[in-house]
Amino acid sequence: MSTDMNVVHELASREYEWGFVTEIEEDRIRKGLDEDVIRMISAKKQEPGFMLEWRLNAYRYWVQQERKQAEPRWANVRFAPIDYQDIVYYSAPKQKKQLSSLDELDPEILRTYEKLGIPLAEQKLLANVAVDAVFDSVSVATTFKEKLAEIGVIFCSFSEAVQKHPELVKKYLGSVVPHTDNFYAALNAAVFSDGSFVYVPKGVRCPLELSTYFRINAQETGQFERTLIIADEGSYVSYLEGCTAPVRDENQLHAAVVELVALDNAQIRYSTVQNWYPGDKNGKGGIYNFVTKRGKCLGRNSKISWTQVETGSAITWKYPSCILQGDNSVGEFYSVALTNNYQQADTGTKMIHLGKNTKSTIVSKGISAGHGQNTYRGMVKILKGAEGARNYTQCDSLLIGDKCGAHTFPYIEVKNSSARMEHEAATSKIGEDQLFYLQQRGLKTEDAVSMIVNGFCKQVFRELPMEFAVEAQKLLSVSLEGSVG
Amino acid sequence: MSLLEIKNLHVRVDGNEILKGIDLTVNAGEVHSIMGPNGSGKSTLAQVLARRDAYEITDGSVTLDGKDLLAMKPEEAACEGVFLAFQYPVEIPGIGNTYFLRSALNAQRKYRGQEEMDAMDFLPLFREKLALLEMDDKLMSRSLNEGFSGGEKKRNEILQMAILEPKLAILDETDSGLDIDALRIVANGVNSLRNPERAMLVVTHYQRLLNYIVPDFVHVLVDGRIVRSGGKELALELEEKGYSWAEPETAGVGASAAPALRRDGARA
Ligand SMILES: Nc1ncnc2c1ncn2[C@@H]1O[C@H](COP(=O)(O)OP(=O)(O)OP(=O)(O)O)[C@@H](O)[C@H]1O
Ligand SMILES: [Mg+2]
Repeated sequence: MSTDMNVVHELASREYEWGFVTEIEEDRIRKGLDEDVIRMISAKKQEPGFMLEWRLNAYRYWVQQERKQAEPRWANVRFAPIDYQDIVYYSAPKQKKQLSSLDELDPEILRTYEKLGIPLAEQKLLANVAVDAVFDSVSVATTFKEKLAEIGVIFCSFSEAVQKHPELVKKYLGSVVPHTDNFYAALNAAVFSDGSFVYVPKGVRCPLELSTYFRINAQETGQFERTLIIADEGSYVSYLEGCTAPVRDENQLHAAVVELVALDNAQIRYSTVQNWYPGDKNGKGGIYNFVTKRGKCLGRNSKISWTQVETGSAITWKYPSCILQGDNSVGEFYSVALTNNYQQADTGTKMIHLGKNTKSTIVSKGISAGHGQNTYRGMVKILKGAEGARNYTQCDSLLIGDKCGAHTFPYIEVKNSSARMEHEAATSKIGEDQLFYLQQRGLKTEDAVSMIVNGFCKQVFRELPMEFAVEAQKLLSVSLEGSVG
Repeated sequence: MSLLEIKNLHVRVDGNEILKGIDLTVNAGEVHSIMGPNGSGKSTLAQVLARRDAYEITDGSVTLDGKDLLAMKPEEAACEGVFLAFQYPVEIPGIGNTYFLRSALNAQRKYRGQEEMDAMDFLPLFREKLALLEMDDKLMSRSLNEGFSGGEKKRNEILQMAILEPKLAILDETDSGLDIDALRIVANGVNSLRNPERAMLVVTHYQRLLNYIVPDFVHVLVDGRIVRSGGKELALELEEKGYSWAEPETAGVGASAAPALRRDGARA
């Protein structure tokens, strides 16, 4: 190993900055999972009967699946079996009453979010970003709610939506990701405790970036949030989620579900900056991020874009997908996934073309460093009726060092001969010659590495909302430190 | 004190000795040209001076302004004023040329305790040097060297040098791949940077370049050794007679005509 590489290696010891724990009184239920636990969760959330039924239905399905040991095993990741009875499925900061304003929020929680760089006090907020803050199992604050309500945009916690907009929830919940979709989706449907809900009415262009910040704080808990976004005809919304968790030695499960629905001429941009605790440099601890995200372009000319920057988690298993049902609808997936140390990621997308002249674009950038294993898994399916469908796929891998791995599994299924498909793939190593070139001009090794990696990811970063592109770049640099060697 | 002092430098690559005892002294204000056949070690010397890691230094010393150059990391050497115009500049996708250059300049300024330059201050400087090298703005909006033609890459090297204003500029075959006009432009650029504080080491195969960049000294490197040094006329002689003429008798295995030629050459 060259000395340059050594320098980069030393940088690895930089710690996860978001790993602190907030001391707060919790309202948590007992460990384990059975029908009573589902009833308890539903009761705590004072849910209407249809929700409890929906949960129990999902739970019963999940139990069957678990008996059959139907946990997905096809992904290119390795981990010890999860004991689902050893997890606490509901934990919330203790709150005496319903909050009427942010000022009543526990100051410890406010401080937590400030420390994470997400101030919730509205006067300190980024001017054009509304935030929903989810702390363990519940949403603790949503900002700019009133301002959004004036133009008819609903942005609230999932729990609140169940109470106040049951008709919308009933209509769309599970319509994109049914509980039968997969093992984790079933589990989520049974136990999910909160998440965000967005409805953008006809013709409204949502003027703010909507954003949810997920924070796992409590020990031995799992986080199971559910997000539902509905863009009505001719509307537009851009949504961003970010996530962090404390440093803990045991693995924690995060099994979320996100459903997007775009009606005629509507557009949804969904961006993720995922920075869950990745485990330490020997691979101890870290979040298991097993997430199902899917969008349905239900209407004509609708468009859904997924942009993700995945730097955290011990294991990532997620495939934000698009069902292109409406004619002329467009699906996009832009992804940067970085695995360092012993992180594993199996991520990609599915583009299902049903409508005529539907178009999809996939740009995936995988970066592997340390002992990281990075898998791109993508499926493009062109069904019979999808006359004139088009797909462009580009998936590039960058290797830093020689102990990591990059793997690519593209699946293509074409049932309509008019389809046009383009696929490009490349794997490269950060060249010693590239590094030396930048160093010869005066750049330090770590700056040179992050410049090269950021360059590699540029195509994806430019799809992120401006405010977050810069954050994503910084995050990438930090996550990379100590990566070469 | 000389700007650059190389003493008895021995360098190995993958176990093979490539440089076999180089001695060279370069003073501020001087331009030295290094010529020699393919594979003789010119680029190796250039890269060792720029502190590339792949080389094993088995003997000798190099000082820059009296400081131990061999103890420096590449970025330190760069910040101390060593600039290498690469024989084969690399392409790096996704990094803007302008952004890269400003980052490099600021890294060096920071090292020297100078204030960093913001984009507003940098732009006029950048424009001026672009004009000096008659380069197109449009090229600069592309990624670093990406898709540049061979000649454009070489020109970009000199542009970087003009902005970074090094103490010791090492040009490794900057002339190869340049058309006649570009050669003149690049040479003008280089000449405009000649000054009493700055020294240059110009590696080339062709006397043609030295018509434009007139060296104070010419050295002939053969098989890892400087076998001959002289003034600018040495380059002309080489062009006429070939390298074998310059080779020492001991190195002339299989080149039976070389010793005789060498004696001729020595008298000339
Ligand atoms: N990494 C390496 N591994 C093995 N041999 C090497 C390596 N780098 C250089 N060499 C060898 O060292 C010798 C000198 O190479 P160098 O590039 O310094 O020559 P040069 O004088 O610059 O030649 P040219 O005029 O062709 O540019 C060559 O024989 C080359 O093959
Ligand atoms: Mg060479």
